[in-house]
Amino acid sequence: MQASARAYLEGGRTGAGLAALRAEVGRLMAGFAENGAVAVEPAALLPADILIDLYGEDLRARAYTTHDPILGEQMLRPDFTVPVAQMHLESGAAKGRYAYAGSVWRRQEPGSARPVEYLQCGFEAFGDTNTAQADAEVFALLAEALRGAPVAPIVGDMGIILAGIAALETTAPRKAALMRHLWRPERFKRLLERYAAPTPQNKSRGALLTAVKTNTLEALLGTHGPTIGLRSVAEIQKRAEVLLEDANTPPIPATQVALLERALGIKAPMGEAIKALRKIAIEMPALTLATDMIEARAEAISTFGIDGFQLPFEASYGRTTLEYYDGFVFGFAAEGRTDLPQIAQGGRYGALTRAMGRETPAVGGIIRPEALLALGGDT
Amino acid sequence: MSALKLAVPSKGRLQEQTFLWFAARGITLERTGSGREYAGQVLGIDNVELVLLSAGEIPRELAAGRIHMGVTGQDLVVEKIPAWEMQVAQIAEMGFGHADLILAVPSFWADVDTIDDLDAAAAAFRKTHGMRLRIATKYHNIVREYLRREGVADYQLVDSQGATEGTIKNLTAEAVADITSTGDTLRANHLKILNSPPILASQATLFASKTASWPPTAKAARTELITRIGADND
Repeated sequence: MQASARAYLEGGRTGAGLAALRAEVGRLMAGFAENGAVAVEPAALLPADILIDLYGEDLRARAYTTHDPILGEQMLRPDFTVPVAQMHLESGAAKGRYAYAGSVWRRQEPGSARPVEYLQCGFEAFGDTNTAQADAEVFALLAEALRGAPVAPIVGDMGIILAGIAALETTAPRKAALMRHLWRPERFKRLLERYAAPTPQNKSRGALLTAVKTNTLEALLGTHGPTIGLRSVAEIQKRAEVLLEDANTPPIPATQVALLERALGIKAPMGEAIKALRKIAIEMPALTLATDMIEARAEAISTFGIDGFQLPFEASYGRTTLEYYDGFVFGFAAEGRTDLPQIAQGGRYGALTRAMGRETPAVGGIIRPEALLALGGDT
Repeated sequence: MSALKLAVPSKGRLQEQTFLWFAARGITLERTGSGREYAGQVLGIDNVELVLLSAGEIPRELAAGRIHMGVTGQDLVVEKIPAWEMQVAQIAEMGFGHADLILAVPSFWADVDTIDDLDAAAAAFRKTHGMRLRIATKYHNIVREYLRREGVADYQLVDSQGATEGTIKNLTAEAVADITSTGDTLRANHLKILNSPPILASQATLFASKTASWPPTAKAARTELITRIGADND
């Protein structure tokens, strides 16, 4: 790669190429500012512990880490969402809208052609309590910024799977386990299958459950080995009780699993998807509220001059992109350009603010300006 | 002179077994100079130069193309060379130095037998202690990839370059991912292996570099070597 090349753009670091990119970023930032966003510039080097705590150990395989003898482990900013949310939560303000532009860094698989450094230009809105309206506004704002570019939108809603899990006829711990693996679709599927079948029991598990029932767990643990480490006998006792409850829990009815899987398999224009969801909601009424939200959002999007009911909808979209999306999710793909990533993407992430200590309505999205320029078109 | 550079472990049992393995195939590897000098030679085959290196450094040297062939553990190659298949070729598994990379937890954890149990215990642990369950290892890449594939959450890896089995008692980890051959050290430290196939079953293996330059003499030596040991040349 030449020194003047950057993500998706030859010569994007010098002369006319750089000027064109700066103009494009300026245009996007101006559009965000017109919609009430304050410009922010988070640090490029972030404390690793906060990010790992939020995203998990997997992040280490995707982000660059470096070590400072005083500050400890640091990470090159893998995205803007966390530092921008931090800025907002620290401000103490109920509402806030922010715009930013800058590099993010991601490690890539060996042999991958994807860039390790690229620009993101984004908009985040916190504290808007009218969910459908705020979702529609962010989506329309990004759609407007991309007007004239050959991109195809796609939308989804994590609310369906959340409502579906809540509706299952099963125990709270099982629902919590399913919720925990929402963003790991394969693991989620395995769990759901396990919960839909009678709980199998091997000899070791049988002995454990008997010991809980007969109050002899401590004696049983003693035969296994001495108590070492931070995880205590009380914690084992607690989990053994959960396992005992689980062993006595009837399987989730197959009809419910089928309904949930049917709902998650929906791929259709939003208007059609709403009809299909209403049909499923006859047997799974808990989906009604989630469907009402999708309909309200489609209507709100339509007030921005985009036919919300014609947008391609996929019920499982967003489950592998990023943990913490827990409502509306959307993306704009570069049509016919497999060499380019999604040109823009975003969604609602209240779960992230909850994990950060103060739950706040939060929705936002990013555009990749280099990829957008590489795509050409008439923006 | 552009001889084939063959690296073998610089000392210990792994070196002895490597020498025996080659001797059984009519190739004599021997150390030269005083007992402590890291120098050696190859007899019975032309144009092969012996290099004595720490087994842990052989993967890096192979990937960098500074040696042509080398004997080391598969665990070290997989851990230390990203996309290792693109950079080195496996010539022959040598049948010694067997070691399994496994996950182990305290034996008294009667509620944890499988990887699914570990995942569930990690979730509860994080709630109780406000931190992710710590797994001590020196095989960060392999273990992280394995746990990602298995869909385990709420854990973190902590680095341990030695005496890993002791980390739990020392309260610096709750579980370990380490190499074991007999399991004796694990048992002595009151740990049990999870009930699942090992993360990686490793043995001493002869590798060839795909990134080294192979002048004709080195190439010819490689062909001869491979014929003598009865492996496939790819």
